[in-house]
Amino acid sequence: MTKEEKYSLANWAIQHALDHGADQVAISIAQSKSSQVDVREQKIDTLKEAIQSGLTIRLYVEGKYSAHSTNRLDQTELARFIEQAIAGTRYLSADPFRSLPEPSLYYKGDGADLKTVDRGYDQLDPATKVELAFQVENEVWKKDDRIISVTAGYSDYTNNVVMVTSNGFSGDSERSTFGLSASVSVNGGDARPSEGWSERAILFDKLVKSGIGATALDRALKKIGQTKIGSGKYNMIVENRAVGRLFSPLINALNGYSIQQKNSFLIDKIGERVASEKLMLTDDPFIVGGHGSRLFDNEGLAAQKRVVFDKGVLSTYFIDTYYGKKLNMAPTSGETTNLVFETGSTNLEGLIKAMNNGILVTGFNGGNTNGSTGDFSYGIDGFLVENGEVVQPVSEMNISGNMKELWMALAEVGNDPYLLSSWQTPSLLFNKIDFSGI
Amino acid sequence: MQENTNETLNQEHMNVNRRVFLKTSGTAVAGSMLLPAFIQSCQGSPLSAGLQAYLDHFEVNAQILQRVIATALSKGGDYADLFFEHKVQNSLALEDGQVNRAYSNIDYGVGIRVLKGDQTGFAYSETVTPEAMLKAANTAANIASGAKNISAADLTEASRPDYYAIQKNWEEVGVPDKIPFIQQLNDKIFAMDERVSKVNASLTDETSYILFYNSEGTITFDYRPMVSMGAFCIMEKEGQIENGYASRSFRMGFEFLNDEVVDLLAREAVERTAILFEATKPKAGEMPVVMGAGGSGILLHEAIGHTFEADFNRKGTSIFADKLGKKVAESFVNIVDDGTLPGNRGSLNMDDEGVASEKTYLVKDGVLNSYIHDRISANYYQVAPTGNGRRQSFRHMPLPRMRSTYMEIGPHTKDDIIASVKNGIYVDNFSNGEVKIGAGDFTFFVKSGYLIENGQLTRPIKDINIIGNGPQALADITMCATDYLIDNGTWTCGKSGQSVPVTCGLPTVLVKKLTVGGLSA
Repeated sequence: MTKEEKYSLANWAIQHALDHGADQVAISIAQSKSSQVDVREQKIDTLKEAIQSGLTIRLYVEGKYSAHSTNRLDQTELARFIEQAIAGTRYLSADPFRSLPEPSLYYKGDGADLKTVDRGYDQLDPATKVELAFQVENEVWKKDDRIISVTAGYSDYTNNVVMVTSNGFSGDSERSTFGLSASVSVNGGDARPSEGWSERAILFDKLVKSGIGATALDRALKKIGQTKIGSGKYNMIVENRAVGRLFSPLINALNGYSIQQKNSFLIDKIGERVASEKLMLTDDPFIVGGHGSRLFDNEGLAAQKRVVFDKGVLSTYFIDTYYGKKLNMAPTSGETTNLVFETGSTNLEGLIKAMNNGILVTGFNGGNTNGSTGDFSYGIDGFLVENGEVVQPVSEMNISGNMKELWMALAEVGNDPYLLSSWQTPSLLFNKIDFSGI
Repeated sequence: MQENTNETLNQEHMNVNRRVFLKTSGTAVAGSMLLPAFIQSCQGSPLSAGLQAYLDHFEVNAQILQRVIATALSKGGDYADLFFEHKVQNSLALEDGQVNRAYSNIDYGVGIRVLKGDQTGFAYSETVTPEAMLKAANTAANIASGAKNISAADLTEASRPDYYAIQKNWEEVGVPDKIPFIQQLNDKIFAMDERVSKVNASLTDETSYILFYNSEGTITFDYRPMVSMGAFCIMEKEGQIENGYASRSFRMGFEFLNDEVVDLLAREAVERTAILFEATKPKAGEMPVVMGAGGSGILLHEAIGHTFEADFNRKGTSIFADKLGKKVAESFVNIVDDGTLPGNRGSLNMDDEGVASEKTYLVKDGVLNSYIHDRISANYYQVAPTGNGRRQSFRHMPLPRMRSTYMEIGPHTKDDIIASVKNGIYVDNFSNGEVKIGAGDFTFFVKSGYLIENGQLTRPIKDINIIGNGPQALADITMCATDYLIDNGTWTCGKSGQSVPVTCGLPTVLVKKLTVGGLSA
């Protein structure tokens, strides 16, 4: 389907819904393509290609709300689908807080090109993809006697979405991503430590294509001899790519749903200091080539750059139109874009020196946070650090505490933001965290 | 593509408002009427009327299926299969006292897979016209490079058991029939405890129609119903806020809904939340852990189940890769992965490779008896497949996956087990778990439990992670009671980016030593 065909189908669907009793309607039509090659032992292990389409409709009928999606895009079937959806919606209870956004808050189509898509996606030769996957594998193939298994992979994805609402929004967006990865298992006695490494880019030409297999192998070998050490309070560094696990409960606590439904440990905290002064965070949708960049959100609200934490003081929640009305607060968008930290002056090695003694966490294993209280507990693996040096891989340990105390205990921020994700987390140093081991 | 082999299990409360849910979930209004109805046609075919109805539903016939398979194998593949799926999901949810939102999703298409040895080519199509299917078959065929002429195998219809016979299917049930149960669940929770301040309740039903055909000529079909109901409860007292979740899920029809299940869910949600006001954290470190009957089956899922999945063992990446036939646990330990429990969320009449489901002993009398196989791994190990080849949808390739994983009863009693522990914990309510296949480290998150002091349950505990090592934990199961129980919560297992419904179960057992999260002394 071309973009024009999507707009045409969306406009028809809106009219059909309005004609059959809807008061307001939003339609989005998405189409995506993806491919994936995994290689193992010098052979292609899996080869996969896909094209996917879908339509989602949000309906506001007599003050009642529902949302529906389908991948059956034939107009005759869609007509029936929409009519049945409207009929079903009438049985629900009315919800006075449901409506499309204020049209004045919509994106008006005047934004810059954020370069979120590679227009050469369709031109890429399938043979190149296979070759790249083998190139990753060949970096480590038979390079070390301790290797048990290497899986290397190439993947790509692109999508385009058209969205139209009955009160005046109309817009489309496109994205792409290309990735290479390696997973290496090594023989470490009884245990068979496995580590991975990956690269990812919006533009194929910007994808880092070397060092992936080698880094995965190096990281796996360093895990041989993992052990658990004594329980106690240790200073803790979390490596940039692992920070997300500890960071997502903090971001979830800022979500409008969590606030209004009391599943947040940061209710009524705007303007208060809730974290260390080292926490300086901005949500920036306008980074050219950012993985989370966008001009409007999934409701059509125009994107805005916002400070989230200023020296540990909470500046904003993430609130969509519905929870904005329930909370009597202005909507800010219910979703994060690029989360950018103000970084410190040193990299991971510098943080290790600065910590001197403690534990470097490089991965998490399970665990959870209680959204209402902020109490958390996570399994970890990583390395014991003594006198500024990594001395021993550790595993089979937990960290436990409360999110409010954890973020107050943030002592240093690295200068190594993880740029493969829209959450550009640097490595972080925390003081005195409870570890459980022996 | 997957960077790490961390497998997960979770039954956390999901906020149905989130956009991610819209993509995968669905309203009680979408229906099968959108597609050709299931009519029994009699064309003198040797196929059953049931199968013929599925062929009609997907608008295909034997000749088309055979052509697509021939194309899939045209470049030299050894084996090919077609997996047609039509899935309808409907969801109703309550927030702030009223059933005020509905979601629905319709998904339809065919996955085409070609095997060459243990290599896989895969493509899918969302339209099932011959042209679209032949195009996808050509793509999947590329895993092989050569030429081959295939003569079509005769169609053989597989026999079908019926592990989820239902009384009233969801497509006959309207929104007004379902709403009162969700409303009652909310009202009962509020009536039970004055500290309740918020309730999120939801009901999701799902109906899948599956048609399967492979290059060996096997043809079969399945009708898979599913219902899940859950309540997330928030209580407040003197500024302290606590939450709890309760859910039930079965392959059942509308007969699932009754006063009893609503009462059960309301009581469980309230009890699980109320206990937290008195709860503390244990001291951090290693200690004996008594796993209460039921949801403690998460121990088996994480510590043992995933590491027994034969794809990991075939590749040598599992810590159990060289342990087949070896003694791995006490002799009273019998661990089963079962796809045949009536109405169970993890049950399947056939797996997603058309293989009959079965009850598989993973550990028999303490000895590692069988891995969990799909077609590729069974062929690699030269054993019969165990019916564990599962996929999230027609968009995904089958992998060895669990169904209902549980342990059979042992020789001890619950009271004896608790009495045997001087200082430790008792746990029986969990939200999620994870495992690292190679290192063998597994975790599960405890929502609540109790301290054990001098053989007695004392103070409640909450929100702690427990971590252990699979082979060690299995060997450390030193006592097992007679109170076997399956947990029928909304457990969903994640692996390689694919989610499938499962359940787990366990009698009360003692694990001699695990590392418990908590506070340092």
